[in-house]
Amino acid sequence: MDLSAINPVLLIASLMVAATPLLLAAIGELVVEKAGVLNLGVEGMMIVGAISGFAIAVETGSPWLGFLAAAVGGAALSLLFVVLTQVALANQVASGLALTLFGLGLSSLMGQSYVGVKPPRMAELHIPGLSDMPVLGPILFSHDPVLYLGVAIIAAVWAVLKFTRVGLILRAVGENHDAAHALGYKVVRIRIAAIAFGGACAGLGGAYISLIRVPQWTEGMTAGVGWIALALVVFASWKPWRVLLGAYLFGGVTVVQLNLQAAGVAIPVEYLAMSPYLVTILVLVILSADKSSAPAALGRIFHASH
Amino acid sequence: MKLTSLLASAAMVLGLATGAVAQDKTKIGFVYVGPVGDGGWTYEHNQGRKAVEAEFGDKVETVFVENVAEGPDSERVMTQMALNGADLIFTTSFGYMDPTINVAKKFPNIKFEHATGYKTAPNVSVYSARFYEGRAVQGTIAGRMTKSNIVGYIGSYPIPEVIRGINSAYIHAKKVNPDVQFKIVWAFTWFDPAKEADAAKVLIEQGADVILQHTDSTAPQAAAKNAGNVITFGQASDMAEYAPSPRVSSIIDNWAPYYIARTKAVMDGTWETVNTWDGIGAGMVKIGEISSAVPEDVKAEALALKASIASGEYHPFTGPLNKQDGTPWLAEGEVADDGTLAGMNFYVEGLDGEIPQ
Repeated sequence: MDLSAINPVLLIASLMVAATPLLLAAIGELVVEKAGVLNLGVEGMMIVGAISGFAIAVETGSPWLGFLAAAVGGAALSLLFVVLTQVALANQVASGLALTLFGLGLSSLMGQSYVGVKPPRMAELHIPGLSDMPVLGPILFSHDPVLYLGVAIIAAVWAVLKFTRVGLILRAVGENHDAAHALGYKVVRIRIAAIAFGGACAGLGGAYISLIRVPQWTEGMTAGVGWIALALVVFASWKPWRVLLGAYLFGGVTVVQLNLQAAGVAIPVEYLAMSPYLVTILVLVILSADKSSAPAALGRIFHASH
Repeated sequence: MKLTSLLASAAMVLGLATGAVAQDKTKIGFVYVGPVGDGGWTYEHNQGRKAVEAEFGDKVETVFVENVAEGPDSERVMTQMALNGADLIFTTSFGYMDPTINVAKKFPNIKFEHATGYKTAPNVSVYSARFYEGRAVQGTIAGRMTKSNIVGYIGSYPIPEVIRGINSAYIHAKKVNPDVQFKIVWAFTWFDPAKEADAAKVLIEQGADVILQHTDSTAPQAAAKNAGNVITFGQASDMAEYAPSPRVSSIIDNWAPYYIARTKAVMDGTWETVNTWDGIGAGMVKIGEISSAVPEDVKAEALALKASIASGEYHPFTGPLNKQDGTPWLAEGEVADDGTLAGMNFYVEGLDGEIPQ
């Protein structure tokens, strides 16, 4: 065993990178669920975002345009879910699952000519002075900009939900759509906006994997992150900062367990491999002891005539 | 003629027609563990499938299902293929072993071929390639090329095939560089690019400047490319898009000749249970071009090793070799038998860490 081989500074820096795709996808789904819609298609929207972002970044040479395209791609796919569940009033669970299957297939079709291509690299942030500080520099001030965007989105979602009228309306729609409708709010329109936002965030999360974390395009490369994001929203009791905490915990334990393995720690690897899931669930379950519950209208179909 | 009898005769004609077609065409199914676009393991099996189609043209019909999880789900997929009239089914991952045996029992007239396993039946053959021969070549290059003397190894699952590869690479790295140390990380997946990339990054952060992988995607190659000054080897497929650096060489699985031969055997009715385990000599394992990033003398040494393995003159597991705990395994000049290799569940002396059980 050689724990000195583990560099804690690099460890924390890389756990933030490992957590960001999960964080982005989960915060998007949180907004969707707060509006009373259960979209199980996160995985599908992520993978479509991953290839859309990758393709545009490669074609234009600009990672920024890539991320923009990823957000648009994820949102565009989520509009399919909108048509099914908000217009045709189909079952949300079935539609979400279908969206994932469709997204996986569509992305491998779109990605046919991008296997083995290298994407342009997004420059890491470098603030003279701050980035050069020992310890804090590499941890806080030397990442790619999208990582900070993820944290900013968490803060923004928290502030909007808690302090603004828009947030109040969104929550009202998610708690009791009939009451919100009676008050004159456009339930369906608000939900469409929330679903599109969720799609855009999932797309960004997918592109973070294909453009920064890996970076390359491979079929099925999100490998289940979307499902973990769905679970994370529930365990985080629909609270934005807990999503951040959960994502960093999950990313952190994932990276730590790989580090421990490489350092030859004599803990059976199976325990290390399951530890990210266990630790994240455990911590968030303890935190959710305050009995905060799901939005009351979650997954229920709304039609103005009811 | 009445409508019902018309329909009945139409149905009979249709039935006869499809029956005739089914007899004409040999139907071959492939079960894949990853997507055909993984650029590694599954990609090469799919190349083999395409070679079968190219060889026999209209006489065969191939079907495949990708991303099939190991375990009960694979049993369902195989059963479905069998019910749809497949004559021969290739199941291409270690974890399909018991499902293949179970399904084969239910369909005694259908032939099954399971890759990398060890359980056979009257209608189940097994086939695998001696990847460890290629690992010996990689180990030699790794041992010569490393400057930090730390070689990182991304394992998938702790099964004999993977452990053989680790041992073979280590033995040959150690032979040319006595100071070399292996750091092994188990990913517990065959295919998860993000996780594979994380594993590669962790190994690089801990000082490894050579990364060997036994997982299927090219993600570790990309991670090494970003880190710079790290070399890698293509796994299962050439991964030439990362040449000349970080990818300096590769092990390429060449399944096409085997798939064509077995399909032919089913067509001729000469198929019988076999246990095939071929290596560099038979052409089932190929070594991808050693790139310009490798010095000429190292390249020559690696190629000489490859040639001696191919001719059968040298076996990568030749004594004296001890097991990890120091107990003797092979005496001077003794060569490991296939039985021990097939079930290998121990590290050789010098490797750190424990194999997850």
